[in-house]
Amino acid sequence: MSRLELTAHGGVKALLKNRYPQLALLVLMLAGYIFAIMAGLIGSPVGSSNFSIVFVWIAWWAALILVAVPVLGRGWCSVCPIPLPGEWLQRGAVLGPNSHTPRWRGIRWPRPLRNIWLQSAAFLLLALFSTILLTSPLVTAIVLAGMLLAAIGLSMAFERRSFCRYLCPVGGFIGLYSQAAPIELRIKNKSVCTECIGKPCYNGSAEGYGCPWDVFPGGLTKNTYCGLCMECIRTCPHDNIAINLRPFGADLEQPAGRLDEAFKSFVMLGSAMIYSAVLLGPWGVLKDAAYRIGSSSWFMYAMAFVAFICILLPGLFALCAAPGGGVRTFRLRFSRMSAALIPLGLTAWIAFSLSFVLTNASYTLVSLSDPLSLGWNLLGTADIAWQPVLTAGLGPAQTLVLAGGVLWSSRVAHRAAAGSRISPVPAMAYCAGAALLLMWLLL
Amino acid sequence: MKRPEFIARLVVGAAVLGAIAVPLILWWRTPLVHAQMAEDGGWNPDALKAAVGVPLQLRITSDDVVHGFAVGKLDIPAVDIVPGKVTNITLLFQDPGTYTFFCTRWCGLNHWRMRGTIEVVGDVAAANPPHERSRPLYTTLGIDLDAPRSAPLTPAEKPVAALEAQQFKDELAGYMSVVYYRSRSPYEVWRELRADPASAARGDSELWNMTASIWRSNTTPQAVAEGEQLFAQNCAACHAEGGAGDGVFADDLAAAGQASLQSMMGDSQMVMQSPARLTDARRMLAASPALLQGKILRGGMGTGMPSWGPIFTEEQTWNLVAYLYSFQFEYR
Repeated sequence: MSRLELTAHGGVKALLKNRYPQLALLVLMLAGYIFAIMAGLIGSPVGSSNFSIVFVWIAWWAALILVAVPVLGRGWCSVCPIPLPGEWLQRGAVLGPNSHTPRWRGIRWPRPLRNIWLQSAAFLLLALFSTILLTSPLVTAIVLAGMLLAAIGLSMAFERRSFCRYLCPVGGFIGLYSQAAPIELRIKNKSVCTECIGKPCYNGSAEGYGCPWDVFPGGLTKNTYCGLCMECIRTCPHDNIAINLRPFGADLEQPAGRLDEAFKSFVMLGSAMIYSAVLLGPWGVLKDAAYRIGSSSWFMYAMAFVAFICILLPGLFALCAAPGGGVRTFRLRFSRMSAALIPLGLTAWIAFSLSFVLTNASYTLVSLSDPLSLGWNLLGTADIAWQPVLTAGLGPAQTLVLAGGVLWSSRVAHRAAAGSRISPVPAMAYCAGAALLLMWLLL
Repeated sequence: MKRPEFIARLVVGAAVLGAIAVPLILWWRTPLVHAQMAEDGGWNPDALKAAVGVPLQLRITSDDVVHGFAVGKLDIPAVDIVPGKVTNITLLFQDPGTYTFFCTRWCGLNHWRMRGTIEVVGDVAAANPPHERSRPLYTTLGIDLDAPRSAPLTPAEKPVAALEAQQFKDELAGYMSVVYYRSRSPYEVWRELRADPASAARGDSELWNMTASIWRSNTTPQAVAEGEQLFAQNCAACHAEGGAGDGVFADDLAAAGQASLQSMMGDSQMVMQSPARLTDARRMLAASPALLQGKILRGGMGTGMPSWGPIFTEEQTWNLVAYLYSFQFEYR
């Protein structure tokens, strides 16, 4: 499959090798992140007027799901501020390696947890409380601060970016969907890595740190666990690391078949469906149950939420994996076939996000003009009335995106089925059915 | 430590500190008055201070729903307070005293309790001599506001004042004074008319029409219209626009019951009552204007009926009372 090496361009390579441009962006992001926490704590409790809600759940989310993930894969992770303070403390330095590295515990992450089950659980947990999370600035601030503190705490106890790799609820789905992105970090020549002494890309050197994501670039075959932090580009003494432009979905050609990743695809697809029903649907009873956290109706909603995602969706899909043979082979087939849900899941989230982002985009101008809800009008846009934008094209755009998702998923299903020597038709029907359900919910 | 590392740490430290300190300082330097539904705290702060002749600039925001802001007994229009927006209001007080500011929107079940005070200190302006503080009529008359009252007799049809006013003019000359009207209930007046030899020959309904005429002669269409407006803004949520006591909040209040009141006031002795039915002829015809004035000024003392004394001017109160009788009399 053809690749275009972007780092072959001197300017791009220099930009990525240089620590300062990325650091500048990171510091800016960190300041913005902390500002969002402060705005959530001291700003207006009215979500549509609070910087933390508007910029996290509308602006950032739009940038992430509509642009960053589909185009740049884990591009967001390369500028995400959440692991920074912990990482700086862990290393004892902001810039290059420190000769006096602090003696933190540096424990290896427990082997049974070296997967994305916890990330899926964290996402599910937040999703269950999403109605209050998406509307209450205080709750948003607490969650943002909690993630920052959790990342710091884990950096003190465990080695590298354990939070990002194993716990971050956002990182889990970014990793899953980054397989569909047309950007990848890969080695140029495997034999160079094999012969490389000291493996500075993994262990660090005077030029930079060992991979914070606990990945040996020489073994990278998919985007899922590479956070695009660019350290290996800086540390590789053989200039053997490249950023490539590649066809969309290249990692899905040969799915790895991990059950935790398969489960993640159900979590994401199911969440997109439930969000569409709860947040955009006309069912007052459902909305009410989702908002009344702690009530008996909410517990019913929570049970239905978990059952839909953890039992119904995988259960139906298991039928598509054509039971037969041993449990082990079925499990592998099931996991590999679930890769077909990745394009559909991504497009489902794009379609869902288009709906509420276009509806609520005008809040960003208001919030920019008065970010702390103190009555300012910095940009003269504080009094703009709420106004949905481009809604005339919303339905057709969502239909196109979902139709594209079904076609893409069918293609992945076809290849995965060929590899597992089963019929792709049930999985393709499953994807078509899921897309139709989404269209019904969204349109 | 190498110089680049030092500078990087400095930049990071400044960015982190700035992101925390700048919002905090700006927030600290821009005090806002927050409006929340009474169940969630009402106005915060709810006690403000001002000085006579010195503009009091308020920056008010709503933390939940649309509220309204007005100051009792002050001739300023109510201003809407929109969620998440800051509304600037400047108040200028001519007289010292304690003023009550209140919400003018039906914002929630306990909307009526969403009040605060402005303590205004300073000298009385020469141009604004202090009004002689007169005791409300109901206290002068020693009326027990909570005593049960019921007219033993009510008209078969709604008495009409407008058509009969001229007809009874001479007969009612002795009954027309404001003091007489305000201190007696319609039923008491009807009974006195029945006992009066001058009108003893008239039928029951005619006497009720004469009573209605007395009520009409003590108000004006404009006053009744203002009373109607006040009623619609402040009373109809519970008492209903038609006065039947089944306003949009009546059921919710009944459902919330005592807990709703106690959450506000912390008084376990309070008992939620249904809003009075102003269309109930036995109740209303047994109530004098002074009694209704007292009910309005004092409120229901824990029954759910708020006190309007700090809000309405004396004129507004009498206009409202005049309007309340329109549920019994056709006199507009």
